[in-house]
Formats: sequence, C-alpha cells, structure tokens
Amino acid sequence: MAIRERLSGNEAVANAMRQINPDVVAAFPITPSTEIPQYFSQFVANGKVDTVFVPVESEHSAMSACIGSQASGARTMTATSSCGLALMYEMLYVAASCRLPIIMSAVNRALSGPININNDHSDSMGARDSGWIQLYAETNQEAYDNFIQAVRIGEHADVRLPVMACQDGFITSHAVENIELIEDEKVKAFVGQYKPENYMLNPERPMAVGPYDTVNYYMEHKRQQAQGMINAKQVIMDVAAEFKAMTGREYGMIETYRLDDAEAAIVCIGSSAGTAKVTVDKLRAEGKKVGLLKIRVFRPFPTEEISKALTHVKAVAVMDKAEGFSAQGGPLGADVRAALYNDPFKAKIVNYIYGLGGRDVTVTSLEQVYNEMLEIAETGIVGETYRYLSVRE
Amino acid sequence: MSFTKFEDINENISWHDITPGGEVYEGGTSRYFKTGEWRSMIPTFIAEKCKQCLLCVPVCPDSAIPVKDQKRLDFDFDHCKGCGVCYKVCPFGAIEFGVEEK
Amino acid sequence: MGQMVEIRWHGRGGQGAKTASLLLADAAFNTGKYVQGFPEYGPERMGAPITAYNRISSEKINVHSNIYEPDYVVVVDETLISSVDVTKGLKEDGAIVINSAKSPDEVRKHLKGYKGKVCTIDAGQISIDTLGKFFPNTPMLGAIVKVSGIMNEEDFLKDMEGSFKHKFATKPQVIEGNMNALKRSMQEVRGL
Repeated sequence: MAIRERLSGNEAVANAMRQINPDVVAAFPITPSTEIPQYFSQFVANGKVDTVFVPVESEHSAMSACIGSQASGARTMTATSSCGLALMYEMLYVAASCRLPIIMSAVNRALSGPININNDHSDSMGARDSGWIQLYAETNQEAYDNFIQAVRIGEHADVRLPVMACQDGFITSHAVENIELIEDEKVKAFVGQYKPENYMLNPERPMAVGPYDTVNYYMEHKRQQAQGMINAKQVIMDVAAEFKAMTGREYGMIETYRLDDAEAAIVCIGSSAGTAKVTVDKLRAEGKKVGLLKIRVFRPFPTEEISKALTHVKAVAVMDKAEGFSAQGGPLGADVRAALYNDPFKAKIVNYIYGLGGRDVTVTSLEQVYNEMLEIAETGIVGETYRYLSVRE
Repeated sequence: MSFTKFEDINENISWHDITPGGEVYEGGTSRYFKTGEWRSMIPTFIAEKCKQCLLCVPVCPDSAIPVKDQKRLDFDFDHCKGCGVCYKVCPFGAIEFGVEEK
Repeated sequence: MGQMVEIRWHGRGGQGAKTASLLLADAAFNTGKYVQGFPEYGPERMGAPITAYNRISSEKINVHSNIYEPDYVVVVDETLISSVDVTKGLKEDGAIVINSAKSPDEVRKHLKGYKGKVCTIDAGQISIDTLGKFFPNTPMLGAIVKVSGIMNEEDFLKDMEGSFKHKFATKPQVIEGNMNALKRSMQEVRGL
C-alpha cells in the first residue's frame, strides 16, 4: 500500500534520497534547494542512511567530489539551484563525458542578473547542452517519482549519463501538497545496487578515468556519448513502464491533456502545466478546443512524440521560462520549432517568454495565451512569433 | 567495449568500440607512449667514466635510465626526450650531450 | 473544483503565518482532503509583511499559482491592516478573520468598504492565557476552522490532539494548553 503523505517538494526529494540510500552525497546549500541536503544530513546524523555526506566549500567542489566518488564506484547524488548550478558548469561536462550517472536534484531558480531567488528555468536551460539527461516535474509527486526513476535511467549500461531531476523552486519545492510515497523496501528493490562494470576502487582491474583526449580520439568519444543520450529514450520508457507496474503512475517523454481534438495548444514545462490543465478545463467548458502538451523529458528531446502529438493542432504556444537572448525566443521554442519543421501539417507557432524570476503564472494569464492561439487558428494570421506574457508594457 | 585492451585502442578504433569517457583498464600504460620520438638533443653514456653514484636516475623526468643490480645501464631511447637534466647533474662527465644526428 | 476553498494568510516574518498555513494544511490533509500550503517567498525577513496560502479541496488540486480571489483571509497581525490591502480580491460571500481584541464592527471601518463577513479573535490574549506566551498561531488556526467550516470541528480537534501528542512528545505539559487555545478560539471568535 502506498503511503499517503503531504510533503513539500524538497521534503519529497530528500525522502526519495533517504529511500535510495546512496553511498555519497556531496552538496553545498543554495536557495531554494538548501532544504534537500539539510533534511538529508539529518537522515545521515540520525543513522537512517549509510551515506557519507560530504560538506564542500562550493558547488564546483560539490560536483568535483561527486565525479571522484561516482568514478570510484559509489552511487552519488547532489542538489543545487541557480548560481550553484552555474558554478558547477565546467564539472557538469566532465561528469557527462566520463559517463558517470550522478543524480542531481535541480530546484529551478532564476540565474542571476539581476539577482533573484524565485523560479524560472534559466539555470537548468543553460546546462541543456552539458550532456545531462533532464527530467522536469509538475508536482511534488513527480519530483519524487522522477528522482527515483533517474537512478535507473542514468545507471543503465546503454546510457551511463548523469541525470538532472528538476522541479520548480518554491512553487513545488516549498509548497506542501498531497503525495503518495512508495514503501522504503520497494524503492530499494526498484533502484537495486549500483554495479558499474569498471570502477576505480576495483583492485582487480586498475583503471584511469578522464584522460586528456587528442584530436584523433575526441570525436569518437563524443559520438559514443551522444549514443548514450539517444539510447536514453528507450530506457526512460522501460523504466517508466516498470515504475507504473509498481505504483500505477504513468510517465512518458511527454504528457498530453485534452489534446486529441485541440485546435490550439500550449507546450510547457514544470508546475505551469497544472495551471494550464485548469485553464484547459475552463475553456473546454466554454466549448473551446484547447489542449496541453507537457514536456517531462527535455534531454533527450522528444522530437517524434511532439511532432505526433501536435500534428492536427493549428496554433501552438511554446512557453519558455527562460530567455534565450537569440532575439527570437527561448530554448524550448527553438527545439519545438525544429521538431515540427518536417511535419507536413506544420502548426503555426508562437514562442512566449513567461514566468521569469517568479512572475506568477495564473489561469487568467494562460487563458489569454489560449485565446491568442485560437485567434491564430481561426484567422491563420500569426503576427509576432516572439512574445512576452504578463509583462508591463 | 568496456574491457577493451590498451593495445586495441588506436587510431583505427571506431566510436562503437572506443572505451567510455576514454577509460583505460591497465596501469603503467605510459610505457607504450614512445616519447623518444620527440628528441632533438641526445645524451651519450660514457660507461668508463661512470662511478655508479646514480644521481642521474631520480632526476630523469621520463624514467629513461634503467637500473639493474644497483647499476645504471645505457639510456632507454624509446622514452628519453633529450632534456639534458642528467647531463647537468652528472659530477663525473660520464654523460655527454649534443645534437642528435638522425 | 467548485468545492475548493482558498485561504490567504497575512502576517509578519517570524510570527508563524507560514507555519499556521502548514498546520491548517496538515489538519485538512488528516481529514482526507487534498491540500496545498505555500508561502509567497522573497528576501523579506523578521518583521516584514509576508503572505501564505492554502488550497483545500476534496479533489486533486492542479493549479500552481498564488491566490488572488480567496474565500477567506486570515490576518495574524492586526497592525498590517493599515499598510496591506488585506481584503484585496476577497470574495464577498467569504470572510476575513483578524487577530484583534476589537469588535468586528470597529475593525470593519479600516477594511476599505469590504462588505463580507468580518470576524475577530483575541488570539494574543488566548495565547497568553493558555500557553503563557505570545503564539497567536494556534488560536488563529482554531478561528479559521470555525469560521470557514472547512472541516468537521470534532474531527479537527481530535486530529490536532494527535498532532500535538506527536509534536510535543517530550513536553506533554503544553498539549493541554494548545488544545485549550484551539477550543477557546473556536468559542470566542466574534462576528460569525
């Protein structure tokens, strides 16, 4: 029987971490992810886990410690946000290229300039090309479920890549919601033991990790690394199927909501998807054909799934909680456009920048987006394809 | 794949077969890397002048002076880069140093 | 969706408005509801006005925005009324519950013409009488449960007693005080 609970997103992830009982956690505190290592270090102090907790002096050191630890053969985790993730930047690439399945809870917060502690996706979107798998959660439940699945996805022999399990700072991380926890022993059985084929503390086979790579080898390594990301999609689906068998909760690369006969759709990531569902219900009750496509997995990017799901839609609003400063939109907008480019029934696309630095995303604001899309669907006139939502003019 | 031997990692290996992240599953593999090819200057060992003080051995950055039965042998020219540190340190003029004729 | 109740809390950093909203979420959760309890975060600290929210529903809650048209507002610190627009968006068929020794009619004068129900509760005095300290949270919690009727009062009291027994396992002497604070506030809230 699942355990009915009410927890904040950070409590949920800290509990997932406790149930997984990793060998090592190395982390440095930063709002809004601080509570995760804080709660977890209490589990360590109280003997609830066998984990070695490594308090470090910076996030660069946190990720460096994670790399050394995972390479030595230890299942290793961390948590961070915003500028902390930025300070890890160099080491993110090292973790991915060394093919080390470190699991990170990334609690999304605006990446400075001007400084701000609230939610948007500019931190993890900046790391989208670092070679980490990225999962995004709409709710505390998804933050918890994704974190547990991340272990199996990253460690799979066909993948061997680090995973960022993201959730929206404050909106889910600090909000108490209903959640169903899985029993400890079931989580333990689901994640199993970390069994890398090779690891540095194996006396039977001495090894070197992270060597300098010359021109004649570098590209072969990158091509192989790319294959890990390509393979990840099947593994994500397989792990989701196993997870569903255990919990009844269904996960995919994307989630659609009342999209089948929709003429206008929103594509978004994270907690806004819940607000969009409420908006869809409201507009459907008024007879408007609107739907939602939520991105759960951003890396690897669900190109085929998006193309298939949006084939019949006339107008699509792609919502970016991060500026791309390309002067034409954000990162999700660019990738969704690319996904639909070869689709013969190409939908009209508008890319909205929204929710930056904690700007609240409401049913009213998303209703405006749907109405603008319905107008495009009806008239065929797209107008400006790069728009800001809820900004004072 | 993961157990690829060092000698099988060469410039003909495909991306499918190369080791993940460039991992190497043996110790001491630097001996396979013939740095002797880098040499433009060359030391010459004058055995008659050598007192076997072995001062030259620890200063060699490439471990290119083999020692057997507490006595140094001639240089390992597969790995000697011709840096000349041994020539500088020898108190007995038992190492000469000059341009290598190739 | 029609059954969802939305509550907004006003307090000052350090007074426990956030904690109170989480306690309410706990109590509603324990009576089988779907809940949300979340503060509006910024860099503000001790003494600064803060806002916290609750959603309570018999169905799964999907929306993840702040609350702009609450059914109920709880004001933990009376002095906020002059500086914060506490009735903003508050539904006329809802109610505002204010921690004050004054009567509802006296307080209403400061509420910018709000026409709905105004309730007051002297949470500070109740707290001092029952707990010996200024912890207005617990009485405010009792008052909002009474005013909103979001859960059965007996279930609520029974559940809170269980929570206090768990929370104060090492100092059982404060359990009775907290329970008295709840009961008194549920009896003494004015303007119902």
